[in-house]
Amino acid sequence: MGIWSIITSIVPSAIAYTIPILMGALGGLYSERSGVTNLCIEGLMLFGVFSAAATIVKLQAIPGFSFLLAIIIGIIVAMAASTILSLLHAFAAINLKANQVISGTAINMLSTAVTLFLAQTITGSGNITIVRGVIRQDIPVLSKIPVIGPLFFTSAYWTTWICLLLWGASWFLLYRTSFGLRLRACGEHPSAVASAGVNVHRMRYIGVMASGLLSGIGGACILVTYAGEYNAGSGINGLGFLAIAALIFGQWKPLGILGSTFFFGLCMTIANMGKVFPVFQDIPTGYLGMFPYVATLIALIFSSRKSAAPLASGEPF
Amino acid sequence: MTKGNAVPRPLEARKASPLIVSLSAVFLGIAAGCIFILCIGKNPFTGFERILFGALSNTRRIGNTLGMSTQLILIGLSVAFAFRTGLFNIGASGQMLIGGITGSILAFYLPMAMPRILYIPLVTLSAMAAGALWGLISGFLKAKFNVHEVVSTIMLNWIAYWMVYDFIPRFIVDPTISVKSKPIEAVHTLRADWLTSLTGFSTLNYGFLFAIAMCFIISFILRKTTLGFNLKAVGANRFCAEYAGIKVERSIMVSMAIAGALAGLAGLTYYCGYSNIMEMGKMPNEGFDGIAVALLGNCSPAGIFFSAIFFGILKMGRGSLAATGIPTEIADTIIATIIYFTATNVILASFWNRIFRSSFAGKEECARAAIAAEGKDIPFESLTKAEFREYAKKGRALQKGKEAE
Repeated sequence: MGIWSIITSIVPSAIAYTIPILMGALGGLYSERSGVTNLCIEGLMLFGVFSAAATIVKLQAIPGFSFLLAIIIGIIVAMAASTILSLLHAFAAINLKANQVISGTAINMLSTAVTLFLAQTITGSGNITIVRGVIRQDIPVLSKIPVIGPLFFTSAYWTTWICLLLWGASWFLLYRTSFGLRLRACGEHPSAVASAGVNVHRMRYIGVMASGLLSGIGGACILVTYAGEYNAGSGINGLGFLAIAALIFGQWKPLGILGSTFFFGLCMTIANMGKVFPVFQDIPTGYLGMFPYVATLIALIFSSRKSAAPLASGEPF
Repeated sequence: MTKGNAVPRPLEARKASPLIVSLSAVFLGIAAGCIFILCIGKNPFTGFERILFGALSNTRRIGNTLGMSTQLILIGLSVAFAFRTGLFNIGASGQMLIGGITGSILAFYLPMAMPRILYIPLVTLSAMAAGALWGLISGFLKAKFNVHEVVSTIMLNWIAYWMVYDFIPRFIVDPTISVKSKPIEAVHTLRADWLTSLTGFSTLNYGFLFAIAMCFIISFILRKTTLGFNLKAVGANRFCAEYAGIKVERSIMVSMAIAGALAGLAGLTYYCGYSNIMEMGKMPNEGFDGIAVALLGNCSPAGIFFSAIFFGILKMGRGSLAATGIPTEIADTIIATIIYFTATNVILASFWNRIFRSSFAGKEECARAAIAAEGKDIPFESLTKAEFREYAKKGRALQKGKEAE
């Protein structure tokens, strides 16, 4: 197997692994930029996986119901469900001025427990497997372009393009509109924003709810692309925390998190598909599995020292 | 409060104590559990009755509950100790795994003829050292590189998970079931004959005694030693502590190392006492339940002990739920809800403060009425607590008499 063929088989999977982390990190970006530390991305994404799985399974069981429509409805339900869950965090962090780290941890545990509880009542076994996810397709013209075509436009999921679109829209919203300026200012110096007549609490609510919405999409993407099931045992394996690490590694900037999430996506691909490639075949499974987390720690060592975190992130107002 | 000739405290309404806030959080958690059970169309009372039955109905079950609480006490102490220094240790699961695998490997390779009196301290100290090392990594990263400890401990959890995944088949595999380790011989576990026979062959082991000892040791370190004072000072205000000459970086590392050692010990009691095998690909949930234990116990050793017993009852008792058709995850739901309410304890505290204030205002009115009725001219501020209570009672009686007329 030549180097080129290894690259062409790794990159499309790496993109598939990147997208959910990107959505989680983007959600974290909204929340932290508005001044609320959000460590419950993991829980929100898991809730997204579960609610999408439950919805899609129920809809796909109806005879004659379009699989595609079921997936779209599932993604929308996941968005709504995670947004509602994120409201719990917003209420604790903004109105009650609770410790945001503890509240986030509570949401993570609540999400794990509630999804397990509901999954047990729905299926009995605790795992929910959907009949069919999104089908990989080659983009008609673009996949014929040499070099870029096989890397980015072959066997792609349509959800990837929607998520990238959301990323672009978020960049525009945060950096090119007055709303974005206000939201970012709430995370840097809330009292200055308040004195300019902006409702800081409202902006922070929007930030946290946006993180719920995007994490929900991220969770749904995990389900409809590579996972195909809600697994009671492993959940989402700390992917939400990888997203937070990517946010730190990307220095709280949209372009930065795009790069860092792609790096983590690549690591995840090597961990999950390593056995397929002869280069990694001799490495034991344990070390391959450990690889993304070790890489994350090393990445954090280099990026945390000069932290560009929003100044007021985690400070109640 | 009023000892000797100390100035008596002015009369005022009671403040909500941490105990009452914790109890309200428990109450709300159980209420949420009831709502969940009702949602799936089952009877919550039979559910809770089954939980209590499963956890406490005979000596063996009580022994098992205490055996489960052992880990929760130690993890609770671990989380609370780090929390006092302003660190949030959510990596107890990973530290448990590391402590557990160290203990299991030693149990496997040390000679069977080794006397227990030598063996037990050796494994205990090794497991604690391994856990301490694992905790120290995140402490070091936090102190030197400013890596957020929540993210780094989670990463270390997964690294420990994969390490155990690799170590079990490499060193201690059971050839017949290749995903589990070989059961440890009884003489190499922490179980003691007198404890097991006392509780009808339960999982209770020496770990429980270690856990109680640790409650006292941690309480001593925090309250009576310079180390404890330094750690608490760093937790209260990092910059102020630095200004006072406390070595903040070293305190962070020491605190995480001690937290890791406690969690490592919990891992030993879990895998070489409570159970005697390790499974591949399993993250111990107890590491996260310990957070709930620490928060509910208000981070004090005595509080942690009781809240660990409470969660032990929930976790052991849920096994008996199967017959009722309620998923056993209801226990985890209740635990998570309790954490949420302890995190938002501001709302609970202000609720109780409001109740105390209004009840005090009512009593004050009664007391004033009683004083006026007796025709005395005592300044209200000079009343002692006992006198105030007496007048309040008299006033209440007067009011009742008026209403009766």
